[in-house]
Amino acid sequence: MVKAFRPVNLDEALNIRKENRVIPIAGGTDLMVQKRRWAGLTPSFEYPLLFIGHIEELRGIRIQDDRLRIGSASSFNELLENTLTPSVLKDAISGMASYPIRNMATIGGNICNASPAGDTLPVLYSLDAVLILSSLKGERRIPIEEFIKGPGITNLKDDEILKGIEIPQYDFDLYFYKKVGIGKVTSLSKISFLGLANITDDRIKDIKVSFGAVAPSVVRSREIESRIKELDREEIVKEFNNIKEMYSELIAPIDDARSTAHYRKVISLRLLEAFLTKEVQ
Amino acid sequence: MRIEFTLNSESVSIDTEPQRRLLDILREDFRLISVKEGCGEGECGACIILLDGKAVNSCLIPAGRIKGSEVITLEGYRETERFRILMESFEDAGAVQCGFCTPGIIMTVESLLRENSNPTEEEIKKALSGNLCRCTGYSMIVDGVVRAVKKVKNDGKSI
Ligand SMILES: Cc1cc2nc3c(=O)[nH]c(=O)nc-3n(C[C@H](O)[C@H](O)[C@H](O)COP(=O)(O)OP(=O)(O)OC[C@H]3O[C@@H](n4cnc5c(N)ncnc54)[C@H](O)[C@@H]3O)c2cc1C
Ligand code: FES
Ligand code: FES
Repeated sequence: MVKAFRPVNLDEALNIRKENRVIPIAGGTDLMVQKRRWAGLTPSFEYPLLFIGHIEELRGIRIQDDRLRIGSASSFNELLENTLTPSVLKDAISGMASYPIRNMATIGGNICNASPAGDTLPVLYSLDAVLILSSLKGERRIPIEEFIKGPGITNLKDDEILKGIEIPQYDFDLYFYKKVGIGKVTSLSKISFLGLANITDDRIKDIKVSFGAVAPSVVRSREIESRIKELDREEIVKEFNNIKEMYSELIAPIDDARSTAHYRKVISLRLLEAFLTKEVQ
Repeated sequence: MRIEFTLNSESVSIDTEPQRRLLDILREDFRLISVKEGCGEGECGACIILLDGKAVNSCLIPAGRIKGSEVITLEGYRETERFRILMESFEDAGAVQCGFCTPGIIMTVESLLRENSNPTEEEIKKALSGNLCRCTGYSMIVDGVVRAVKKVKNDGKSI
């Protein structure tokens, strides 16, 4: 059996993807850990690997049609170094993993791995990121919240490769990002919280709230956000308990090695409170 | 899979399984034993080498990825002037005890210095966040790097 493919460009990669059952590998920082065996032993995979990290069409960060286009194989350090990267995304990335891991790990891998603790995910949900998926049939675009179905489960088709991420240009006057982990870096999130807001004269023109690691996938509710937008700042404080109740129903954390469900729920709702009743005020 | 790459300034070619770890290739096929296996899962930094000039954990790099790339381990790096300065500064600072973590730390520092020849203490600490040391308590290591950066500044050479 062929153990791996190393295509020279995206077209060749998509042809291989169509003809064979393969596992795309970009930075390998999730796959190589998932498939590791004893020291000195070669990791074993169920299907041949398809190396894609070096493919030119999957790289680069640029503005195109008024939107930010991030190639899926961009590493976290490339994103940190680029002036086009939104500062909320940079904040989340700089608290992730370690410097050498960030040289390898890609944003596309973080999305396709679809871990509830994936740290770029709450940011990408809040920024209304759209994913560009390529296959021989062409490209399709899908909002990130429709792509991620659950822990490790995505809507990626067997013949597709995630080509890039598109982020509309936004202007926020306020953002509040918190990652709660054991140490400052190298620890996976117990919880992460991101609130973005645009406030003009006392009115909330726009608000986006995302929670990471508190449910099978990121929690963001456009419905609750539009209710909050109807309120002015004072009303938000008065209505806070109702808003909290609504989010509380969506937050369904689990107990695991990193934290307990109870802790996650209590702390994530406190972060919501800090954002809505302090930061936004 | 046949894989050609540059290893410590020499062109090499190997025939190996594409999912085999670079760590094992370096230690077993080339006997470059400065590259250590601590955790095997990206957490400790003992296996860090330079891949195309950047520090990466070789325990997480499958062979198929390095085709056409440049790999540098401590065995190649020790021929450089910068290594000499770092070695002296690490000695002065008492930054090496058992030495298991040291090769990975030196390679990480080299990657940092290639990006930023005059890092602050804070930047040095951040870059070393993925290197565990069970002996020194880290402050001596950071001090070693700070001394090297200063030494070069005083010499008027750029590091
Ligand atoms: C020590 C350590 C610390 C870490 N810390 C953090 C952390 O703080 N926060 C965090 O969120 N993560 C962390 N991670 C996890 C990991 O680094 C990230 O999830 C990373 O973004 C994965 O990217 P990758 O390119 O390495 O993924 P890979 O391992 O290459 O791939 C991951 C998955 O995505 C698929 N895939 C990748 N690219 C594509 C594509 N373009 N199209 C289709 N499918 C694709 C692969 O098939 C695979 O299923 C850590 C990992 C390690 C080892
Ligand atoms: S052995 Fe690679 S990071 Fe620990
Ligand atoms: S000197 Fe012993 S682990 Fe660092």
